[in-house]
Amino acid sequence: MYIAQTVRFCTQEGEMHFMLLFSRQGKLRLQKWYCAYPEKQKKKTTRELIATVLSRKAKMCSFLEWKDLKIVYKRYASLYFCCAIDSDDNELLTLEIIHRYVELLDKYFGSVCELDIIFNFEKAFFMLDELLLGGEIQETSKKNVLKAITAQDLLQEEDAADNIMNDLGII
Amino acid sequence: MNAALDTVSGIRQVFNEAVERVKSPTPIRLRDLIRQIRAARTAAEERQVVNKECALIRSTFRDEDSVWRCRNVAKLLYIHMLGYPAHFGQLECMKLSASPRFTDKRIGYLGAMMLLDERQDVHLLLTHSLKTDLNSSTQFVVGLALCALGTIASPEMSRDLAGEIERLIKSSNAYIRKKAALCAFRIITKVPDLMEIFLPATRQLLTEKNHGVLIAGVILITRMCEISQDTLQHFKKQSRSRDGGVSLGRSIPDPEDKVTSPGGPYVVNLVPNLVRILKNLIMAGYSPEHDVSGVSDPFLQVKILRLLRLLGRNDDDASEAMNDMLAQVLAVNILGRFLLNTDKNIRYVALNTLLKTVQADIGAVQRHRGTIVECLKDPDVTIQKRAMELCFALLNGNNIRSIMKELIAFIEVSDSEFQAVCSSKCVIAAEKFAPNVRWHVETLLQVLRAAGNNVRDDVVASTIQLLTEVVQQHSYVVGEMWSALRSATAQHQPLLQVTVWGVGEYGDMLVTGQASDSQVKVSEEEIVAQFEPILGSSQMSIVTKEFALMSLMKLSARLTDQSALKTIQHLVNGFGCHLNVELQQRGVEFSQLFTRHDALRPALLERMPPMEARASGRGLTNGTAAPAASVAATPAPVAAAAPAAAQSNSSALLDLLGGMDSDVSDVVAPVAPTAAAPPAASNMDLLDLLGKKSGVWRIKDDWLRVVFAGVCIEKVAQVAIRDKSWYGFVCIVRYFLWFLHPSNLKLVSSIRMYMTCMLTQSHWGGVSALTPFKCRSVWVFHKFLCPLCAARS
Repeated sequence: MYIAQTVRFCTQEGEMHFMLLFSRQGKLRLQKWYCAYPEKQKKKTTRELIATVLSRKAKMCSFLEWKDLKIVYKRYASLYFCCAIDSDDNELLTLEIIHRYVELLDKYFGSVCELDIIFNFEKAFFMLDELLLGGEIQETSKKNVLKAITAQDLLQEEDAADNIMNDLGII
Repeated sequence: MNAALDTVSGIRQVFNEAVERVKSPTPIRLRDLIRQIRAARTAAEERQVVNKECALIRSTFRDEDSVWRCRNVAKLLYIHMLGYPAHFGQLECMKLSASPRFTDKRIGYLGAMMLLDERQDVHLLLTHSLKTDLNSSTQFVVGLALCALGTIASPEMSRDLAGEIERLIKSSNAYIRKKAALCAFRIITKVPDLMEIFLPATRQLLTEKNHGVLIAGVILITRMCEISQDTLQHFKKQSRSRDGGVSLGRSIPDPEDKVTSPGGPYVVNLVPNLVRILKNLIMAGYSPEHDVSGVSDPFLQVKILRLLRLLGRNDDDASEAMNDMLAQVLAVNILGRFLLNTDKNIRYVALNTLLKTVQADIGAVQRHRGTIVECLKDPDVTIQKRAMELCFALLNGNNIRSIMKELIAFIEVSDSEFQAVCSSKCVIAAEKFAPNVRWHVETLLQVLRAAGNNVRDDVVASTIQLLTEVVQQHSYVVGEMWSALRSATAQHQPLLQVTVWGVGEYGDMLVTGQASDSQVKVSEEEIVAQFEPILGSSQMSIVTKEFALMSLMKLSARLTDQSALKTIQHLVNGFGCHLNVELQQRGVEFSQLFTRHDALRPALLERMPPMEARASGRGLTNGTAAPAASVAATPAPVAAAAPAAAQSNSSALLDLLGGMDSDVSDVVAPVAPTAAAPPAASNMDLLDLLGKKSGVWRIKDDWLRVVFAGVCIEKVAQVAIRDKSWYGFVCIVRYFLWFLHPSNLKLVSSIRMYMTCMLTQSHWGGVSALTPFKCRSVWVFHKFLCPLCAARS
């Protein structure tokens, strides 16, 4: 029975339990879970959290308590960036992490907007995976993160080039 | 010439093949699918598009098509994010991650992280491709595998791959090292036993230049220290080593990297290292890549501080080493400024920090009391909550009045959860710090009024108890009660209960004009008239009515006016046919107090003495019946209200009658069932109830009905034992009292046997916490019944 098990959310995982990105209409644009919930639980959590955050007024502070987690959220243009951390974790640092993520996306896409994230969601994921691992921050230098992403994109392109040449029988 | 022709035909062939491929249906691109879905105007349309695409994707999966697998899985992931099921793509993700192409691997691992989790056995199949990729020569492939492992590692996977990770932590490539360290962090979280494997590697991690590896290392070490006390000690007492130096780019290497306390063991290779890193971060000049608003790499600083906190706890030497540095790092006492800031986040942080420091240093926080109280009015719930907690922490004898005023205003406007919590705390605080009785009483009434129906149950009981204790001020109390009673409505039931109790208990003072300073004189009819709407209204809860009925009875002993008494009797009789069995029983039994047992009435309804402190009574724990001896030894929490049978000598009666309790479910003067008008159920039905072997009587009503109807009490006792029912036991006690008669002695002693047997049973089913009612029944049994039986037999 999951009911008893999921009363306490994941124990002792990394700092961040999950991150959600959603629009003002409540449409999910990105979700990254750092602990194992069953699928139903994820859906329920997402729904409830989106409703709670969207009901907050503009001037309210970025932190709220929800179940036994702390939720840190920030709105950038039409997107809400929402993270869940333990109640004794540092919420201001999480805000910084969110901001760092947004800066990276901005640099990468060149003045990022919601559409970029919709049509390139996999790239947004890749970026997040270079910033956080297992819920903890892995790279504090913006330059290094972008360097890694660019290099991997290059690998992808080389791959694609190889493929075409393979198909054409040139290689 | 031939060679040229060959080349041309070769090219033509390739061209034709390409055209063929263009003509055959290829899966649409991810981008186009997203456009299509966004173009759908209704949910149904969207579902249609999605389902169609899912069907296509499924069929290509079935066909084992490797060419377009990557694109299809990417589309599937998008569909999954919209909320549609996508579990059929799990295996495909794994096939993708096993592909040699980097693009495939990227999408494959992403899919694995999104669709798989450690709860499903399927994820173990990933282990093989992970292992291969962890050994790849391309750093980014290794990176992908490490990332996937760090996100979804399960205990089994962790065990399998721990060795690889350990090797990778020592890699020469910083990119891999940092990811491996975080992977190790995840692994030891899942399987703490594996921690030993990673211990040797940690030493190197702190000597890094690269911030990424450094922060990963700090995180890893922090988790190690959190998991195991031994490891924590190990880090603290690491012996002197040659490679202690740390340098970070522009930093100044410090030759003295070890601290030894005089005569003590070597302390902390770790702490000086961390301290020096921190120092370098703060002192060193501007580093653009790590800078955040003028602070150099706050992420790393915070993680180091956290680790230092862990290491320094309860350890003087370590703390010494850190002190100097920390004083420079930490913000100075500017929290007050934060509180006034308009940015809500800053306010929140300030309040939070103050909450933590108030334990250590109240004086400093008192300075900001005014601002904190202002924060109570903030529309933001999170800030309100923090401000409320802080207010309670700051309460003392000096500021209680002003803060309490604000808190009461806060209760009035807050939502029900807050009201319940805040009112309970206010009552406790009022008790602790009340400057005088009058203020106390006023405040309690105000709190009850402000919180309406959202007061916690124990608040009513504790308020009443407090009121009984202030003996000198009863005249003042009753005056207040009277005015509060006039103004209370169905929205303030706890307030009603308290005031009704007060008026009932001290009503005579109201009449004689002793009440409060204004010497208000209230006529007896007026008092009784105040009760009628309460008893009659359907909006009042049963509990409130029980209180009111009891108080009315008490008034019958306090008032002297005949017409008022007649009215009371009339009202009480009316309850004899109430639908609620508890009220009905009270109605009937109280009516008996006017007729058959009229002589007892004044004594029964005497004023109550002050209740003893709450703590002493609750000696019995949840559900276990203490052995008979110890029960007799614990003092009665509240004096019982059980009247004796008419024949018992008056000293025993007076003994029993410490007074009446206002608490809800007890109170009743049991009436000989045969004299009363029994409820509709006939004896036959009730015997059927008794015969029920399987059904357990859980409802109070069943017991009441049976005892009421005078069904053979022995049978009832047997059922009570069988069902282990407290309420049954209690009903029998009441029955017992009324039937105590010299001719019934044999019955009495056999029932006494039953009751002792029940008391010594170790487990009572279906019982929540022991209430005063139950305690009292046991007390009655031992104090009154046993001696009587002993005297007679």
